[in-house]
Amino acid sequence: MSHLQLKSLTKKYKKDTVVDAVNLSVNEAETLVLFGPSGAGKTVLLRLIAGVVEPDAGTVEIDQEDMTEVEAEHRGLGMAFQNFALFPHMSAFENIASPLRAAKLNKNDLKERVGDVARLLKIEHVLSHMPRALSNGQKQRTALARALVGEPPILLLDDPLRNVDAKLRFEMRLELPSLLRGRGTTVIYVTQDYKEAMALGDHIAVLVDGRVVQHGSPEDIYLRPANLEIARLFGDPVINRFEVNPVAEGENVSVALSGIELPLHGAEPSLSGTACVLGIRPEYVSFVPENVPGSIPVNVEAETPINEKIITLAKTTGGRELLVSRPARTNGPDSGNAFVTIKPGSGLLFKQSSGELLHGIVNTQVTEAVA
Amino acid sequence: MEHSSILEKVLRGIALCLVITFFMFPILWIVLMSFQTNETILRVPPSFIFEPTLANYKAMFTGKLETSAASLEIHFLRNLGNSVLLSVGAVSLSLLLGVPAAYAFARHKFKGSEDIAFTLLSFRFAPPLLVLLPLSLYFQKIGLADTYIGLIWVYQLICLPLILWIVRGYFEDISPDIEYAYRIAGHSWFSTFRKIALPLAGPGIAAAGLLAFIFAWNNFIFALVLASADKQPVTVGALAFVTASGIQYGQIAAAVVMSIAPTLALALYAQKYLVEGLSLGAVKG
Repeated sequence: MSHLQLKSLTKKYKKDTVVDAVNLSVNEAETLVLFGPSGAGKTVLLRLIAGVVEPDAGTVEIDQEDMTEVEAEHRGLGMAFQNFALFPHMSAFENIASPLRAAKLNKNDLKERVGDVARLLKIEHVLSHMPRALSNGQKQRTALARALVGEPPILLLDDPLRNVDAKLRFEMRLELPSLLRGRGTTVIYVTQDYKEAMALGDHIAVLVDGRVVQHGSPEDIYLRPANLEIARLFGDPVINRFEVNPVAEGENVSVALSGIELPLHGAEPSLSGTACVLGIRPEYVSFVPENVPGSIPVNVEAETPINEKIITLAKTTGGRELLVSRPARTNGPDSGNAFVTIKPGSGLLFKQSSGELLHGIVNTQVTEAVA
Repeated sequence: MEHSSILEKVLRGIALCLVITFFMFPILWIVLMSFQTNETILRVPPSFIFEPTLANYKAMFTGKLETSAASLEIHFLRNLGNSVLLSVGAVSLSLLLGVPAAYAFARHKFKGSEDIAFTLLSFRFAPPLLVLLPLSLYFQKIGLADTYIGLIWVYQLICLPLILWIVRGYFEDISPDIEYAYRIAGHSWFSTFRKIALPLAGPGIAAAGLLAFIFAWNNFIFALVLASADKQPVTVGALAFVTASGIQYGQIAAAVVMSIAPTLALALYAQKYLVEGLSLGAVKG
């Protein structure tokens, strides 16, 4: 229910800049996912927003009001921690009730509010337990209940699903969006799991070394990752990467791959001679019969099922590895020689030296003219 | 360990007995001495067989020491009272000062904070005599010599560093996230300190307080130099039994038994905390 704005927020620990001039804006009732590898500064950024860590520079604004100097207890936020951070000497009930106690709510209202949120999160039966007697899933729900109970306009969630098992994580991923959207809460959600980021985020900000390297919708980031690193982090199985040297013939640019010439439509001729990396997601590669024009010959090595998908490891004629993903219960080649095509418009071309994306979508469709 | 033979078990048992005897024998001997007269104590060779007497303990309570030469007044109960007052006072004061300081050192790393903490600890390295001479001069000038307040103040040299370093380790063990969570829930830092940090460090504070109490109780040199007869604790008071007409071993033994009884009882009662407190202080220090 609130708008959050960060302006060139910076935090240094000794000489390390862990949060480096971050500018971000989250609209009312939106969910922003902070995604990044560990040590990227996500948690510190969240603490800066919460007000428990002081920034070295920059401001935190809530509804256009500068909150940088306001103490954590007066910011009115809710936060759930990765390690739950339950108060070990208080029962689950008291844990959840702590924001209401601070607000000096009367006894009956307090009981009702805690009861409501406990019912919502299905932990009514463990309210009298101490944290050490709770399972990880119950701890996580208690921590979440504590963050939600005060109905804060802004909710900070620091990788809340990190320390729960796969089944629970899946369950919560289904429950969380409705839980959050129903309340019109503005949410900042930290995660290292790209699927969680894609499932929960209205926007995703990718943080690397304390800097926002890309900010956009989940689709944006998946389809047009700003650099090779993001392309690698987003996607499972990981994106195929081929080191290539584009060759220009007039306006046409192409690269050599597995013995054939792969045209890159839309690529600048000036790229010729620049060492590049061609990224192709495994799900955009598919097996085709031999006689399809322009198909790429590969040698199938092995396959394995992963989450309703079958991943095939193949090798190009040059011996480079290529992963191909296809839906489960569909047929593919057993082993030996096969042919693949790449979905039109799915190639991503990165500069090898810097890793930055050169062309959002490079058309790798093999046209008849070339074939 | 499961495959040890009977011989190994027996040998281990003997070794254990030897060690225990070695450490416990002085205590046993002093307890035995406290029930004997000077004559039986000084018998050669010494013997475990004697006629027990309560005269020594009686002398402690009546305050009258009958020797072969004369009758002497002693103030043992007053000494005991002084010990209690000085130790409890010193530990209370150092808890009051040391626990908030420990919290500050644990949570707020500022420039030079390590140095300050270390300087406080280094008071424990210095031999007491180093500070005693200047202290006794100062104390006479400012009128603190031979006062309870002055003594309790000096006892801080013993208690404060101990409490500071042990409790600091306990505070550092509390995840900052837990305190952050309480802050974000809407509580002030002071209420976070009271409702989260203090209860969670409770066992550590108890252990540190207990250790400090034992050290304060056993202190000898500060009180010997800085206190006159009516303010001396038991450790110094026992010296009164070294009389002109000879050393009253029986009474000294009774005094020692009575003076170690409270600390021994406390230590046994809180053994678990003590070991935790000691080892944590060692690891974290």
